[in-house]
Amino acid sequence: MSTLWARIEPLLARVQKPARYIGCEDGAITPDATKFGQAGVVEWLLAYPDTYEIGLPNQGLQILFEILNERDDAVAERTYAPWADMNHEMRAAGVPLFSVDAHREAADFDVLAFNLSSELVYTNVLNMIDLAGTPVRAAERGDDDPIVLVGGHAAFNPEPLADFIDAAVLGEGEEVVADITAAVRSWKLAGRTGRAEFLRELSKVPGVYVPSMYEVAYDGERITSVEPRFADVPATVDKRTVADLGEWPYPKSPIVPLTEVVHDRLSVEVFRGCTRGCRFCQAGMITRPVRERPAEQVRAMIREGLRSTGYDEVSLTSLSTADFSDIEPVVRGVLEDAKEIPGACDTMTINLPSLRVDAFTVGLAGEVNNGRRSGLTFAPEAGSWRLRKVINKLILEEDLYGAVESAFSQGWTRMKLYFLTGLPTETDEDTLGIVELAKNCVEIGKRYTPRASVTVSLGGFVPKPHTPFQWFGQNTEDELRRKINLVRDASKKAKGVNVKWHHPDASVAEGIATRGDRRVGRVIERVWREGGLFQEWGEHFDLRRWTSALEAEGLSMDWYVFRHREEDEILPWEHLTAGLHKDFLWGDWLDSLAESGVEDCRWTPCYDCGVCTGYGIEHVVASPIAPAGGSQGTGQDLERGGEVPVSLLPTRRESSVSAVGVSV
Amino acid sequence: MKLRARATKIGKVRFTSHRDAARMWERGLRRAGLPVAFTEGFTPRPKISFGLALPTGAESIAEYVDIELQHHVTADDVDLDTLPQRLCDALPNGFDVLAVVERDERVDSLQEAVTSCTWQLWSTQLTADDHREACRLLGSTEIVLERERKGKRSADDVRPMILDLRPDPTGDRLIADLVTIGRALRPAELAEVAYPNIDARDVRAIRTHQWLEDDGTRHEVIPLPADVDVSTLAVLT
Repeated sequence: MSTLWARIEPLLARVQKPARYIGCEDGAITPDATKFGQAGVVEWLLAYPDTYEIGLPNQGLQILFEILNERDDAVAERTYAPWADMNHEMRAAGVPLFSVDAHREAADFDVLAFNLSSELVYTNVLNMIDLAGTPVRAAERGDDDPIVLVGGHAAFNPEPLADFIDAAVLGEGEEVVADITAAVRSWKLAGRTGRAEFLRELSKVPGVYVPSMYEVAYDGERITSVEPRFADVPATVDKRTVADLGEWPYPKSPIVPLTEVVHDRLSVEVFRGCTRGCRFCQAGMITRPVRERPAEQVRAMIREGLRSTGYDEVSLTSLSTADFSDIEPVVRGVLEDAKEIPGACDTMTINLPSLRVDAFTVGLAGEVNNGRRSGLTFAPEAGSWRLRKVINKLILEEDLYGAVESAFSQGWTRMKLYFLTGLPTETDEDTLGIVELAKNCVEIGKRYTPRASVTVSLGGFVPKPHTPFQWFGQNTEDELRRKINLVRDASKKAKGVNVKWHHPDASVAEGIATRGDRRVGRVIERVWREGGLFQEWGEHFDLRRWTSALEAEGLSMDWYVFRHREEDEILPWEHLTAGLHKDFLWGDWLDSLAESGVEDCRWTPCYDCGVCTGYGIEHVVASPIAPAGGSQGTGQDLERGGEVPVSLLPTRRESSVSAVGVSV
Repeated sequence: MKLRARATKIGKVRFTSHRDAARMWERGLRRAGLPVAFTEGFTPRPKISFGLALPTGAESIAEYVDIELQHHVTADDVDLDTLPQRLCDALPNGFDVLAVVERDERVDSLQEAVTSCTWQLWSTQLTADDHREACRLLGSTEIVLERERKGKRSADDVRPMILDLRPDPTGDRLIADLVTIGRALRPAELAEVAYPNIDARDVRAIRTHQWLEDDGTRHEVIPLPADVDVSTLAVLT
């Protein structure tokens, strides 16, 4: 129950960046110490399995931290993966995993909940469970051990972690944490015995998947069935979705780190979900439908957030921020409000990540940067119109050139273009099209500045569960390398074009963990036991750790990563759903191969992907009209007026605003 | 209008870096709503400057920050008596603002003006005898320390950097006056030569004074206000 600080402090003189471990952040609410160790209070340790700098800005973790601490029956603290040096010092000194808030040991908590935003962190998850002094394998845990949970995007296929976690939570956490708290609290009050029976109860909470309650049968490499072990355990686990983002104006007290982190600015989420339908994008598939935050609430959260944090930069976050219906008035309002903060109007910057590729968006970006023109990023994702139809990223070349021209003419000199390579049906012509696009963009830029340059950033495509590309066989590392070299060689003579790429080996390791089944858990455990921590960090990554672990476990890289999967095959995540019908995904996969695009259902009639209809929820957008330029500015004929499940915000606006009013 | 503040950095926040502290001050001043002046150009920065960097891990009750306010601001707009508390409230725990004074336009920057600092060193692994023994370094004519900077190793005589060493009244700590002009001797380096039998990383340090020199007499940049009771600052007890 007591603080470990006296034992942690001497270690901090021996490690890099010791501020990672001290907590003390500005604005962070302090967990109420009178709740520590109380039988009627569920104690959550919210864990991010990567460094503090990466994990601290994570909004999901900050939101749950606040929501849980506001409850009478819960208390939450945070922890992040100790870097290799600290891991070593802690193990040598016998110091267990600890929270950064009250510096209590992990064993003092009832729940150890990990936020999984990517797959390469899985070995860190195992390491943190082990550092917590808890058996790594769930089957070996006793009644006194914490309940190990995972959530976040990667948790939509938790099967590779099935042996190590007690439960996975699918979808958004705001509401389900209350249900989990209630279940754990009853268990605690009843004496905390019978872990297996408790987990069976937990498996009945909607959105919660308990792997140990399911039996997976195999025929050779193939899965033949996934069955619940008891009649009262649901056969399929559905994701949780918050119907109205306006009811959740969190974080109300953004955490301001004392040391440098990756996104060191205020973040305000303007909407959740995206129905652009990009087929490679897992986030767009699993977070449907679109739910906008009321514009007035966005403005109030920014105003209060800037005041309380002292930041002079705010990021309006979402999967495509220019699609927010009220983006223009919100931006104007924020700039207006900044005038009342001394000093802020001189330096205030509004950050619009995930820019849409059109001139309107660039114009918007020009207004909010206070004259700064540091760099602008667009994501055409593929080098030809043909391939962009395959992936449903419907950007015409003219759209890109229009956006780029608009940017150069407004004073930008550097542009960054994101592309994926290794996409379904991709030919060398498509790949080389990337260089042509980049060259043409530089040409346009030269009309405005001799310094015009374009950086092409190339990522190797990793097919994700719950997307139309979940059946696609990923390119091998050699094939990805060959394509990267094509682009690199073709751009050597192109002045002003620079190429950067993500390491193909890392994409392959990610592929193993992303679409793996339960048997892949043994590979992850082996990589971890042999010292493979921080696998998403280049200096710690080596693909040979993964290939040799696969080999040692008698598993095939081809089976998990490179082969195309079949329609009738049972996928490892078949019993988990984000609401998308399998028929819809398969149909979309066939449409993709036929180079046929699909419109954004936010503004056009519903094509029944299954989410809204299945869950009885709908889009919440302030305007049913597509933004200027149409769907990604393609000039597609977007017919309007069909039966679109859209509710307009203004009716709810008043109550949502007052919800923020209470907090300020 | 130009201000100079004396502040602490004590407790857990001692593990933040000098640059971290600079960012905290920037945010804190905005949070306090102080009309700070900005540099010109595309990326305006607040006109704040800090004195001698405090090593990460060391504590201090004598940190100084110079703040320039926008030209139209006068002493009437800023209540200097309540300003320390206002800034304290806007800064993280451990950063206590002890005093704020109006700074004469003509005085030198902190970096140039300070000639020496007083430190206290201690460790649970050290006794009063160890500290008394350390004071004998004053009798040496030369103290050679091998140290590294920017990848280059050198052997320096650090004796001239040590002005005085003495045990504190309790005997549990060593008080050291160290020169700051030229390549300074850091408290961790002093610990290395003063306590050869323990790991220097286990020796704690706190900066208690920064000194200016006028006609051969030294005085503090801003003396500790009479109403500040240093013994109540957690770290010193």
